[in-house]
Amino acid sequence: MSQLSRRGLLKSGAAAGIIAATGLPAKAAAKPGGTLRLGLSGANTSDSWDGRTHSDHFMIHMGHGTVFDCLTEISASGELIGELAESWEASADAKTWTFNLRKGVKFHNGKSFGADDVIESLNMHTAEGAKSAAKPIVAAISEMKKLGEHQVQFVLEAGNADFPFLMSDYHILMFPAGMVEQAIAKGIGTGLYRVVSFDPGVRCVLTRVDSHYKDGRAGWFNDIEAIAINDSSARMNALMTGQVDAVSKVDYKTEPLMRANPNVNIFEMTGNMQYTFPMLTNQAPFDDINVRKALKYGLNRQEMVDKILQGHGAIGNDHPIGPANQYLAKDIPQLEMDIDKAKFHLKAAGLTELNLDMSVSDAAFNGAVDAGQLYQASAKEAGININVVQEPSDGYWSNVWLKKGWCACYWSGRVTEDWMFSTSWATGVPWNDSHWENARFQELLLSARGELDSDKRREQYGEMQMLASAEGGVIIPMFANFVDAASSKLAHGPDIGNVWMMDSSRLTERWWFA
Amino acid sequence: MGSIFQIILHRLALGLVTLLIVSMVIFVAVNALPGDFAQAILGQGATDEAVTQIRADLGLDQNYFLRYFGWLGNVLTGNLGISFAQMNFASGMGGDQVSLVGVAEQIAPRFRATMFLAGVTAMIAVPISITLGILAALYRNSLFDRTVNIATLSSISSPEFFLAYILILLLAVLNPVFPSLSNVYEGMALGEKLNRTMLPALTLTLVVTAHMMRMTRAAIINLLASPYIEMARLKGISPMRVIVRHALPNALAPIINVIALNLAYLITGVVVVEVVFVYPGIGQLFVDSVKIRDIPVVQACCLIFAAAYILLNLIADILSILSNPRLRHPK
Repeated sequence: MSQLSRRGLLKSGAAAGIIAATGLPAKAAAKPGGTLRLGLSGANTSDSWDGRTHSDHFMIHMGHGTVFDCLTEISASGELIGELAESWEASADAKTWTFNLRKGVKFHNGKSFGADDVIESLNMHTAEGAKSAAKPIVAAISEMKKLGEHQVQFVLEAGNADFPFLMSDYHILMFPAGMVEQAIAKGIGTGLYRVVSFDPGVRCVLTRVDSHYKDGRAGWFNDIEAIAINDSSARMNALMTGQVDAVSKVDYKTEPLMRANPNVNIFEMTGNMQYTFPMLTNQAPFDDINVRKALKYGLNRQEMVDKILQGHGAIGNDHPIGPANQYLAKDIPQLEMDIDKAKFHLKAAGLTELNLDMSVSDAAFNGAVDAGQLYQASAKEAGININVVQEPSDGYWSNVWLKKGWCACYWSGRVTEDWMFSTSWATGVPWNDSHWENARFQELLLSARGELDSDKRREQYGEMQMLASAEGGVIIPMFANFVDAASSKLAHGPDIGNVWMMDSSRLTERWWFA
Repeated sequence: MGSIFQIILHRLALGLVTLLIVSMVIFVAVNALPGDFAQAILGQGATDEAVTQIRADLGLDQNYFLRYFGWLGNVLTGNLGISFAQMNFASGMGGDQVSLVGVAEQIAPRFRATMFLAGVTAMIAVPISITLGILAALYRNSLFDRTVNIATLSSISSPEFFLAYILILLLAVLNPVFPSLSNVYEGMALGEKLNRTMLPALTLTLVVTAHMMRMTRAAIINLLASPYIEMARLKGISPMRVIVRHALPNALAPIINVIALNLAYLITGVVVVEVVFVYPGIGQLFVDSVKIRDIPVVQACCLIFAAAYILLNLIADILSILSNPRLRHPK
């Protein structure tokens, strides 16, 4: 099947604004050498090499981006390419997928990579007691067959055209069969770098393997030292004083100071990270579509991007599909603040005034409390009185999200439309945080999932985005950029990935010292 | 001298009781915080099913008494247990107790790093503050005395992170003398380790100097009014010698007490400095563990902190007794 380009359309002029600002000029040729020192956020003393537990940047970058490989990979330009799989084919109903694995690949301990490793690595996610975030992906596989040493066939419960995309998920790492525990303890993968030492929550030292199947196109550094720096000021300081060569997650407030330093380059990508306000649509007053519409028109999205994200983001349109997806529909009318329309819908709901509680906490996203207050101020003009309730950060996800009528939330997004919709928008799924149900939406979701024709899928996903935007129960005012910074000594290819921060957490593979 | 051993034994016994009470208070306090380990570690993914699963795996569904006394029993047999994070990891592996890292092993390198930082700081701060204190007493009410007082009081009154950033600005950015990142690790050469520890150590020095310096000054000045000092002066001894030879030995008891208190602070209270300089000490581990409600680690850290206070105070009292002949030979 043809390889899907997620960003083919974005390369046209229409998407000029997406790659907001990459300060780094693309250097001509990559060259090997040097020790890369990284200051990374999101490290914990409970970190391990178990891909199923990876949820924050440090381990995502060290795991799938550096020490381990997945079956497939999303390239910097957004195409799905093979990583440990060389090619794949689907049956006409997208139910049976055959993956041809790369030959001659060795784990860091010398074991050869083959079909058994794939099957055992996938089975880890559905093992008894496993708490893997990728469980739903693997649970949808009804049968795994080893067709040869380097060929695996997956039979899915229902057709899924995105299956190869899902295999690029950072949780689904390939471990050596029969020695998974040891591999998790020591970090034995097939990646470009092998582990020299790892002190969870503190530091990770890696060195380049002698030969690798990505030789010549990735893996330019000789050695890597990743230092856990969770405190944002300390991280920025480390880069400014030259203690590290690159840092993740630049604080929006200090970004101008960083930009002023000639030795530092800021690189910024809009991905699928979104800040949201879900409302429970099976509860009054949110069960009335006119109330939802009034709320959709009652906030100034651009103001939120400017004030909460300090301009480092893009406005949202109340559907969860972002620029890191393949089928982002550009033709959906953008929701704008419109007090008259808000008043109109309020009237249509039989109300002249509406009093609401909105539960917020900075646990939902940085600036959620301020965002709630901005919303309160703008909605007031339309006669909507929002009472911003500040909830404690501890236990926010257990006690507030999915429980209170209207709250603040975030989603880091998913690389495929189907995965995002099935996670938090499909009827009846536990994380459907608006409890929204729409028959047409659900029908489209199921038919698009098994559809291999790219044009038809684009149409179906477009309609779904339209429905979500017009009728859904989630206000998505903004998409937050991934803002990272690097020393001007570092260079990178023409594209930077936007699936996750730091070049889709593959900076260690893709960048080099100029 | 027999009475000193009695005092030590008595105090150690009291110390154990204190540790027991501390462990109870901490256990109750951590459990009283909203949320538990399962909810904290799952974050947004805390569905009822997953939370129940983790609670069952870790025994968090048992009642408080069983959990506390189970933990206490282990500690009394010298086993600090296994952190929730590690146990959760093991249950994800299908229940195998792989090569799990115990709390003790987890804390040991962090504790050594903390002790190293405290040691370096003490070696800088204690001589400086005592010298400054003596000089301030000698030249009391002079311009020097006032300058030293104002300088040390302003540094103790500033928040630690502020002092840390000022030092980074002066010694790492404007004049790159020391690195701003103190990520020391085991096996680093001592020279490099000292170099990397210098900025946090200097920051802490600024924080603790005022207390020790002013206590030294006050204790000495207090004694300067005594008749025996008057006598020494009348003998024609130089002011410096009067202070160092005659006043200081008698002022040692309060000074030692203040030093002990500050050393205990260096072991237990340096989280902010650790964060700013990315120093892998025990404070960072402690805060991380409180955040995810990892009670075994929190308990172990608290025991260490409490023990540090108890032992240092005990040492201070013993040294005060030894420095005072009247207490050394009670009638």
